[in-house]
Amino acid sequence: MRKKLWIGLVLLLVIPGLLCIASCAKKAVKPDTVEVQAEAARKAAAKEKLARQQAIEKQAAREKMFARNMFINENIHFDFDKYNLLPLAQQILQRKAEWLRNNPDVSVIIEGHCDERGTNEYNLALGDRRAESAKTYLINLGIAGSRLTTISYGEELPVDSGHNEVAWAKNRRAHFTIE
Amino acid sequence: MVDMNLNRLRAWPAYIVFLVMTASFLICPALCWSEYDYVDINNPFLRKIPIAIPLFKTMAKSRSEKRLSEKASDLLSETLEFTGYFKMLDRDAFLVDPEKFNITALNINFQNWTSIGAELLITGSLLVKKDIIDIELRLYDTFKSKLLVGKRYRGWINDQRKMIRRFCNDVIFCLTGKRGIFDSKIAFISTGSGNKEIYICEFDGYNPIQKTHNNNITLSPAWSCDGKWIAYTAYKKGRPDLYIEHLEEKRGFVVKKKGVNITPAWVPGKFALAATLSFSGDPEIYMLTGTGKIIKKLTNKWGIDVSPSWSPDGKKMAFVSNRSGTPQIYIMDIASGNVKRLTFQGRYNTSPSWSPNGDKIAYCGAEDGEFNIYIISVDGNDPLQLTFNEGDNESPSWSPDGNLIAFSSSREGPCRIYVMSAYGTDQRSLLALPGEQTNPRWSPGIVSN
Repeated sequence: MRKKLWIGLVLLLVIPGLLCIASCAKKAVKPDTVEVQAEAARKAAAKEKLARQQAIEKQAAREKMFARNMFINENIHFDFDKYNLLPLAQQILQRKAEWLRNNPDVSVIIEGHCDERGTNEYNLALGDRRAESAKTYLINLGIAGSRLTTISYGEELPVDSGHNEVAWAKNRRAHFTIE
Repeated sequence: MVDMNLNRLRAWPAYIVFLVMTASFLICPALCWSEYDYVDINNPFLRKIPIAIPLFKTMAKSRSEKRLSEKASDLLSETLEFTGYFKMLDRDAFLVDPEKFNITALNINFQNWTSIGAELLITGSLLVKKDIIDIELRLYDTFKSKLLVGKRYRGWINDQRKMIRRFCNDVIFCLTGKRGIFDSKIAFISTGSGNKEIYICEFDGYNPIQKTHNNNITLSPAWSCDGKWIAYTAYKKGRPDLYIEHLEEKRGFVVKKKGVNITPAWVPGKFALAATLSFSGDPEIYMLTGTGKIIKKLTNKWGIDVSPSWSPDGKKMAFVSNRSGTPQIYIMDIASGNVKRLTFQGRYNTSPSWSPNGDKIAYCGAEDGEFNIYIISVDGNDPLQLTFNEGDNESPSWSPDGNLIAFSSSREGPCRIYVMSAYGTDQRSLLALPGEQTNPRWSPGIVSN
């Protein structure tokens, strides 16, 4: 009888002990899960960082593209029958020079254009002078002349086909394209 | 009539053999060149000479022959009227039945013509045999009852236009002592194809043919003095280069320096031309060989120098420069290099065109934003405005006899080519084509064709 009691006692102790061991074994797994979670968090953080970085890069690329488009799209304008650079044109050219300094591998074509008034032939020469004015200004700002080519289109390629002062003012321009 | 030119080209070898225009002096006229007093050279357009041109007589009475006769006599009328010298009398007013009256002096009752005011009379007869046509034409002074010019021509029916033109040349030579313009042509720029290309038509706008097919921008045609070469600027390679091309043979030269290569003008009597090149960084006028090599730099002044135009003796050159701050016309003496300013009126004077007589320069001037044609004496006196209040008028070019000026005008909206007398009278449209036409350049008197 007593023996049975002992066995019962032992069992009573051992089984929870075993249970305990078993649960302890389970507990040994638990810290592993935490690490996984941390890892995941780390990864997420890295991913986020990467994404942020990518976003920054994207933004930078966008800004770069924007600057490039700005460089191409922003024309400088002239007065009728003139090829001297107006103050606004000089500001724009300074921005263009900066962009050219930041993009030293790029060569550009400077197109000189006129409005429709006056003689085609004279306007071809006038467009040439306008493009040359812009080129000289950029050279004076330190841009290598070898990176700058000029083409005169005279009055042949208007951006605005209107026959009024608004259209003419738009058409009297130097336009930049990237080679 | 439109396909005439092709046929003529195809028939060319036969055409020579055939003695097409046997202009025989069969009806020996009084020596004409002693009688230049018919046309007042000082201003031939003040008083036009009344002239009667009845329908040409035909031998056969076939309908086609009659139509041919009508066409030929109308063509003769129109061709002579183009000069601006004549007042064409209305055929309905004629007292004589063209079917019945005789065309030779012996049988003409000149009173029938003087009484309706005709001072000159041209009679013609026409005979068609298969594809061959015989035309007899006579010019009479009705008051003197005298034959002035009498010619007979034989050729292909398709060459009828050429025969009429040749007779007109004789008539004009007889009345003015100068060669007519009827063999000359006009080159111009048209946008009809969607791009600016060079076209060439006959002096009266007949038979315009597209000469270049560059599919980009083509500008400033310039005839060589023998009419065999044409120089022009085109963006064939994306840049304004200068092309010098033979009109018949497939050969030519290119000037493709950095910058612009523009505004060619051939030196009279030479295979050489002046043109503006800006490879130095500044547009200057250079003298080039006909093959495009630089002979020498003609202008040397910072700023724009363009649009050379030679005096007929080739000793002087008019050109446009903005050296004074605005575009003005200057004249350079080539031997000495001396330059003198010609225009002082207005702030925009361009496109000089030196008259074949040497005494005047036509140009385009702007006042109050309106562009008009002017002429000025080469000594700078008497600037005279020829166009008024009718759109923008640009690019004057003299006819080879110095009597007419071709120009472009936007008076009817799109730019078209017009012709007027050297005094600004008789302004009319030269031809109707799709697109816009600009930059007319009249050829020298003799053009190979």
